[in-house]
Order: sequence, then C-alpha cells, then structure tokens
Amino acid sequence: MNILITGLITGSMLALLAIGFSLIFGVARIVNFAHTAFYMVAAYFIYSLSIKLGLNPVLSMLIAVIAVTLLGLLAYKFLIDPIREHEGAVLIATIALAMVLQEVTLLIFTGDYLSVKSLIEGYFSIGGNKIFYQQLLTFGVVLVILLLLWLLLMKTRLGLAIRSTAEDREVANLMGMNESRLAMITMGLSVCLAGFTGAVVVPLTVLTPFMWMEPLILMMAVIVLGGLGSIKGSFVAAYILGFAEALVVFLVPTGAFLKGSVALSIMIIVLLIRPEGLFGIAFEEER
Amino acid sequence: MGLIGFYLRKLFTLLRGEVLVLPSRTIVGLFVLIILGLPLITQDPYIIRIVVLTSIFAIFAASWDLLSGFTGQMNFGHALFFGVGAYASAMLNLHVHIPPWGSVPLGAIVAVLAGLLIGIPCLRLKHTYLALTTMAFPIILLGIVTALPNLTGGELGISGLQRFTNSILGGYYIHVITMLVLCFVMWKITDSNTGIIFHAIREDELAVKASGINTTRYKLLAFSLSGFFAGISGGLYAHYLRIAGPSTLEVSMSFTVVIWSIFGGIATIYGPIAGVFILFPLLEFVRFWPEYRTLIFAVVVLLILLYMPEGLIPWVRDKMEKECPRCKIRNVAVRKNCRVCTADLD
Repeated sequence: MNILITGLITGSMLALLAIGFSLIFGVARIVNFAHTAFYMVAAYFIYSLSIKLGLNPVLSMLIAVIAVTLLGLLAYKFLIDPIREHEGAVLIATIALAMVLQEVTLLIFTGDYLSVKSLIEGYFSIGGNKIFYQQLLTFGVVLVILLLLWLLLMKTRLGLAIRSTAEDREVANLMGMNESRLAMITMGLSVCLAGFTGAVVVPLTVLTPFMWMEPLILMMAVIVLGGLGSIKGSFVAAYILGFAEALVVFLVPTGAFLKGSVALSIMIIVLLIRPEGLFGIAFEEER
Repeated sequence: MGLIGFYLRKLFTLLRGEVLVLPSRTIVGLFVLIILGLPLITQDPYIIRIVVLTSIFAIFAASWDLLSGFTGQMNFGHALFFGVGAYASAMLNLHVHIPPWGSVPLGAIVAVLAGLLIGIPCLRLKHTYLALTTMAFPIILLGIVTALPNLTGGELGISGLQRFTNSILGGYYIHVITMLVLCFVMWKITDSNTGIIFHAIREDELAVKASGINTTRYKLLAFSLSGFFAGISGGLYAHYLRIAGPSTLEVSMSFTVVIWSIFGGIATIYGPIAGVFILFPLLEFVRFWPEYRTLIFAVVVLLILLYMPEGLIPWVRDKMEKECPRCKIRNVAVRKNCRVCTADLD
C-alpha cells in the first residue's frame, strides 16, 4: 500500500515536471536544465510567503506560481533568448542559471532542512496503512492540472500552435506563427508547470537548495523513456519510474542507494529495444 | 658541432617563421614555458597543488572535447570515464599492489572498456536522446558503488593510495608533462585524417555515411579514445589525492567538464584546456568568500556566454587574427596583406 502511494506521488510529480520540460524542448529545442531549479524556487517562495509572512497557504501558492513564471520569463528573455542559435551555449547557460538559483537560495535560506505544513491535516487508514489526506489532495490536483493542460493543448488555438511548432518549426513559421513569441509563451507555460509541481509537492517533502538535482535526473529518464515531446509518453513513463523507485526503496535492503540506478537502468533497457522511447515517433533526421 | 649549429639555426627559423608570426601560437609557446618554469618562481605547495589539479582536469576537459566537441556525440556523463579510471586504478593499486605508473594506464584501459560498453548501445541514439541517456550511466554506477561498501568503500571511497613520488617538485613535473604530452597527442589526433572524419560526423553524418565511411566504427573509436584520456586523468586524480571517492562520479562532475569546455570553446582542444586553466584557479582564488564561490563561477559563465556564445578562446582568437580570404592561412589582425600569398586582407 505504501508502495502504491509513494509510487503515485513520485509519478505525479515526475509527470508534471517532465511535461513542462518536453513542452519547451519541443517548441524551442531548449534543453532546460534549470527546469527543476524553478520548482525548487517555487517551493521556497511558498515557504517564505506562508510561514515567514503568514499568508494563507493556497494564496501563497498562487502568488508563488505567478512569481516563478515571471522569473522564468525574465531569465528566458535576458539569458537564453540572445544565445538561442548556439545550442551548446544554451545548455550551459541553463546549468549556470540553475546554479545561480541554487546559490541564491542557499544564501537567503541557508542549507537547513525546512518544511511546510500540510493544507489539510489528518489521515485515514485502510488495512493498517495510513493515507494522509494531503497525499490524496496532491494526487487530485496533479490530475486536474494535467487535464487542464491536455485541454489547452488539444482544444485551443494556442495549443494547436504549440503542437505544430513542436512538429516542424520551419513550416509553422512559414504558416505565419510568431515563433519567438510562441517560444516565450511556452517557456512561461513550462515554468508555470514547474511552479505548480513545487506547490503540490511542498507539503510532502523537506526543502533544501539541492532538492532540484534528484528530480532533474529522474525527469530526464522519464522524458527519454516516454519519448521526447510525447505528453502521453511522459505521463505513462513517469508512473512506471515512480513505481519502480517505490518498489526498490521498500523491497530491497540497500534500496535507498539504488533507487536512481534502477529507474535509469529501466530507461536504458527500454531504449535498447525501442530507441525512440515508448511513445516517441522516430524523427526524420534534422539537418 | 656544425651539425648542432645547423639544427639550432633550423629550429630558430622555424620558431620565427611559424610560431612567432601568430599571437595565438606565441601564447601557446609562452604558456608551455611558464608552466614548465613555474617552480623556479615559486615553490609554494598550495600553488603547485592547484596547477597540478588544473592540469589533470585539463586532460579531462580536452577528452570531452574530443568526443562531444569534434564528433558531436553530446556526452553528459563524462564523469563515468573519470570515475571508472579513478576507481579501477585505485583498486588495482590497493588490492593487486600495482605501482601507480602501471595502475593508471590499466585503469584507463578499463575506462575504454566502459566507453565501449556504453558506446555500443548509445550509438543507436542521437542528439538530445544521447545526451540525456549518457547522463544516466555515472548515476547508475554511483548507486552500485555506494551499495557495495565492502569492495568500493561506499561513501568514503578508497583511500591510502600510493603516490607517483613523494617530492612536490617531481609530482609537479610528472603531472604537468603528462598533461602537455597527452593534450598534444589529442590535438594531433583531431588534426589527422581521423580527426577530419570526426569533424565531418558532427557536421553531417549522412554525408559521411554516403562517402563510404563506417561512421559507427569511428564513433566507437571516439568513445574509446575519449574514455582512455579521461580514464588517465581519473587515475592521476585518484593517485594525486590518494583517494578515489564517489565525488568523481557525481552529476556535478559531468556538468563542470561541459561548462569548462563550452566556456573555452568546443571543437578546438586548446579551448577546453584554456577554459580549465582560467576557471579552475579562479574558483580556487575566490575562496575568501566561500559562500559566494559557486555563485561567482555561475555568473561569470553566464555573462561571458551572453557576449561570446562561441566560447572565450575562439572569440579572442578572432580578435587577434584574421584568415586570408585567398589561401585560408591565418594572419595577425594588424597586417594589411597575407604573409604567404600577399593577397589583401579584408
């Protein structure tokens, strides 16, 4: 039962992160290593607003998501957009950005472990296992966000623009879509998703300035496993890896050390059989 | 006596005609002289230590450039080779009692095997898939290493290794000369036919395939060459610090080498070396404010990239020299006409 819950929670978190990451990769071909750093910043925003300033937790979550989105847009405009032509430069610019965010948080909040109270207290038990209401709430909110995102991508004109740009940038540009404005919007959307992930996860974890490293690796694994740019793939792969991690942690004696290794090994085995990931489409070579 | 005089004069002409005409070559020559003559100026153990570590990392960064810069196979898990080299030579040294001059090359060969092992499956992947997948391997190995504390020392690592030599000066020259030789070898490789094929694979793999070249074999060759040099640097690192720990396999290690290389300018070999020689000591000398260290490092990298997205060294080189439009030979930027074909520059 514990395995099921942990798997669901980790999987949901990874799904949100991975979808945000693959959106911006699909539209603008930016590998954004700072993606999970934004998630860390959102968590700290919520901490300082709700604990330090004593605001209503839900309100502080909303403010945090908006603030992080703005931060992401500013970072995109001033740091990533000017060098977008140079792939390598963008890569390390995002890594450096993540390091800057980490160090600034470290300076402001120190490296102490912090935590935020749950939105709703209490739990109920099924067969002797505690299930906290907060865990259910997190899972529910993730599903709602994913549904909204799906509606946005599939049913609106903006979603159509995003999907078509992801499929073929040049043709989308020729069809009269403002590619750079679209990249900006997608960046906002992607960082916003990272902020939401921070918001839903913050009551369940401890905050440290280094909390972005581990989900970053797993998020990459999810994306590769599910197929780059495939939202359905990211969704399925996130839960596969979430459950794999939970199984290893609870069933293998030295599991805590091995949880990353096992998740990544699954990814590599799948890639050996299907190089384009579970749901990916084999791209024509871009030249 | 006459023969020696002849060779000396020939050397002098070569120096004046080929090296001193170009500022970049003069700088490389000066760099070699300074780094070899440094112990004459100062023998401060702290400075010596920094230069040795910088040299070790310079080999590491150049080996990344050989694989990812030239061949274009973005490797985000280069720490794998470094870590495998470090752990393999440490275990050979401690358990089998092979002295360092034997265990370092053997460790590097183990790293080559690791490179082949991950290279064969990874070559089915391209671009971003490859980058993200290679990132996974050192993390998998790190998990295995920490889960088997009996063999690998767990989180503490393997300590108590032999050094090459106990004298500070001897150690300095061993590492620095190894660095110079290996980097020269790497530069020669990229300058050879093989290097040209590597370069071509990055630019357009399909065209290389169409020219009847087995690209898979060349990519594997790049993986193993790069693994060999990175393995050597890992082994040197382990023996210099007398410890091989999990930090050699961490993600930050893979990231740092990418940062050094792209900062210096990829696909040049000398770019990453210069990147390490600028960034690593910089990081050491701002240790007065330990809390701001990483922040300064990241901000410097961000700012430099905003203005020189090609990397620092190609930017500086383009400011100092320009290419002759007719014969493609490089000239000092102040010249009016080419030094070989006398065509008008610009």
